Amino acid sequence: MQETTFCVLHAVSSFPTLTGRESLQKKYKRREYNIMQKMTTVSVPAKKSGFFQKLSKDFKQYKSLYLILLPVLIYFIIFCYWPMNGVIIAFKKYKPRLGVMDSKWVGLENFQQYFGSAFFKRTVSNTILLNLYNLIFGFPVPILFAILLNEVQNKAYKKVIQSITYLPHFVTTVIVASMIIQFTNSEGFITYLVNNLTGHSGSLISDASMFRRIFVISGIWQSFGWNSIIYMAALTGINPDLYEASYIDGANKFRQIWHITLPGIMPTIVIMLILACGSIMSLGWEKAFLLQSPLTYETSDIISTFVYRKGFKEQDYSYSTAVDLFNSVINLLLLTLANSFSKRFGESSLW
Amino acid sequence: MSKIHGSKSETAFRVINGLFMFILAGITLYPLLYVVFGSFSDPAKLSRFRGALLKPMGFSLKGYEAVFSMKNFWLGYRNTLFYVAAGTAISMLLTILGAYALSVKGYMLKKPVMFLIVFTMYFSGGMIPTYLVVKQIGFVDTIWSVLIPGCISVYNLIVLRSSFQSIPRNLIESASIDGAGHIRILFRIVLPLSSAALATITLFYGASRWGAWYSAMVYLPNRRDLYPLQMFLRELMVTENNMDAVADEFSTESANFYLLKNVIKYAAVIVSTVPILCLYPFLQKYFIKGVLVGSLKE
Repeated sequence: MQETTFCVLHAVSSFPTLTGRESLQKKYKRREYNIMQKMTTVSVPAKKSGFFQKLSKDFKQYKSLYLILLPVLIYFIIFCYWPMNGVIIAFKKYKPRLGVMDSKWVGLENFQQYFGSAFFKRTVSNTILLNLYNLIFGFPVPILFAILLNEVQNKAYKKVIQSITYLPHFVTTVIVASMIIQFTNSEGFITYLVNNLTGHSGSLISDASMFRRIFVISGIWQSFGWNSIIYMAALTGINPDLYEASYIDGANKFRQIWHITLPGIMPTIVIMLILACGSIMSLGWEKAFLLQSPLTYETSDIISTFVYRKGFKEQDYSYSTAVDLFNSVINLLLLTLANSFSKRFGESSLW
Repeated sequence: MSKIHGSKSETAFRVINGLFMFILAGITLYPLLYVVFGSFSDPAKLSRFRGALLKPMGFSLKGYEAVFSMKNFWLGYRNTLFYVAAGTAISMLLTILGAYALSVKGYMLKKPVMFLIVFTMYFSGGMIPTYLVVKQIGFVDTIWSVLIPGCISVYNLIVLRSSFQSIPRNLIESASIDGAGHIRILFRIVLPLSSAALATITLFYGASRWGAWYSAMVYLPNRRDLYPLQMFLRELMVTENNMDAVADEFSTESANFYLLKNVIKYAAVIVSTVPILCLYPFLQKYFIKGVLVGSLKE
């Protein structure tokens, strides 16, 4: 409506400038006609061609911007959306000879095969348990570390501790896995220490009951320092006056941490926890893949390593894709849930 | 807090806490130190030794000699340097273009495109369909399969976009009134003003390229000569059954190889990690900045 009134005003204001020259008059006539048309189109809401007209005008107006966007769009279409189309092989019996489109439809057969197999229970529970233990034991460590490190007064000492604890984060996954294997195989020093202390015998890495512990502890080693960065930043936001006031009131260190520090960083903790819960089915597949062996599949075979094995080792593309799709859908649900929670808490959200 | 130098319990807490931090840092550092000690140890002495090393067992450089004489190791190193350089350049180019286009307001397709891009963070076609696409466009067994798939990290793109959006709008508007097009605005105004964010994201990309191995494993089935370093390290250390293939490189003294095995592994870890750890003190602050920028997006 506003646009229409504007047009009318514009038309009215331009009438006095008509100076008798025929061509100009014609031009204004046409404009008047256009305005009339516009007014009528406004009153009629259905205008399909209008959208595409607008779009092509938009393309012209922002031509260079669309050109900038083009390579990025092409990338996402080819490497993200084209594979999403390929997901249909989860509902087919894929034959390389026939290709994605022409392979035979089999409905939910691949899913039924997975849900009915012993692998379903094993891979799902392994995935959940591995990530759950990782969360339960791995999540509090950086928080505790940040709180304690924050109490260190000597700046240089603090800096050295920080640099050392961040270091493992920069060691690549392959090398971390190599080190773990080297230390926990039958000759490794961790195996030696653990066996002497607990009476366990044999190598740790080929013992299925040890896999989760190895995975979780090494994960903590690699990331607790790095993950503390965000809490350290949150800690700097706490008002120092609070500590002085509490000190005057006679609070000791423990009470200060409990009543000032922890509440101060609670929003950050909550958000990080929600986000961690959202990715509970999707973390750490590379390390699990590198550390596992057929000896430990009982506890180490998670959904994504199973997908890899079925797909690339056994060439069962359709089945593998079906399992992968199942995993992706669960992940999507969890992330959406986590995101809506973190929005509710207001601090930040993923999108 | 710093003004308070209080009671005995306060001092006790500080001392114990400082000590605890020291022990924690020691435990964190020890596995890496162990590798250093192992790499300089005498192979025969090391193979007889069990338990925790506190210094090298004897001294020898045999592990390093063996690693330096491995052709695959150098091949992998060279390939990785190439992938890091070329891959990071490609990633940066596309991420900058995407981030800029999505930081500009007003055009019609902005919202749909933003949604399309962010959605890929939460859902993907999965391993096999992606592999089939890479195969279909003829990337399998070429360097492109390592360089292109996964080259844009949506997370990095969004972080960079927020950094672009924080540039004062009137700077950009006045440039566009002066007749500058988008490309000129991007290269003359937006990029120079975002150098910190660019440095951080370049580092993120570089680091992930350095450690990448999955795409080489899946997309380069017949081109071992294109493997990055991490793939050869994986063969050397993770997939033990390939030990014989590695041992073949030492055809003259392959019996010796099994004795040397552990020293070689430790030396390989050192040689492939030290360059990163040398750069690390200089780059640490950019990485930290990146973590914090990412957590505050939008």
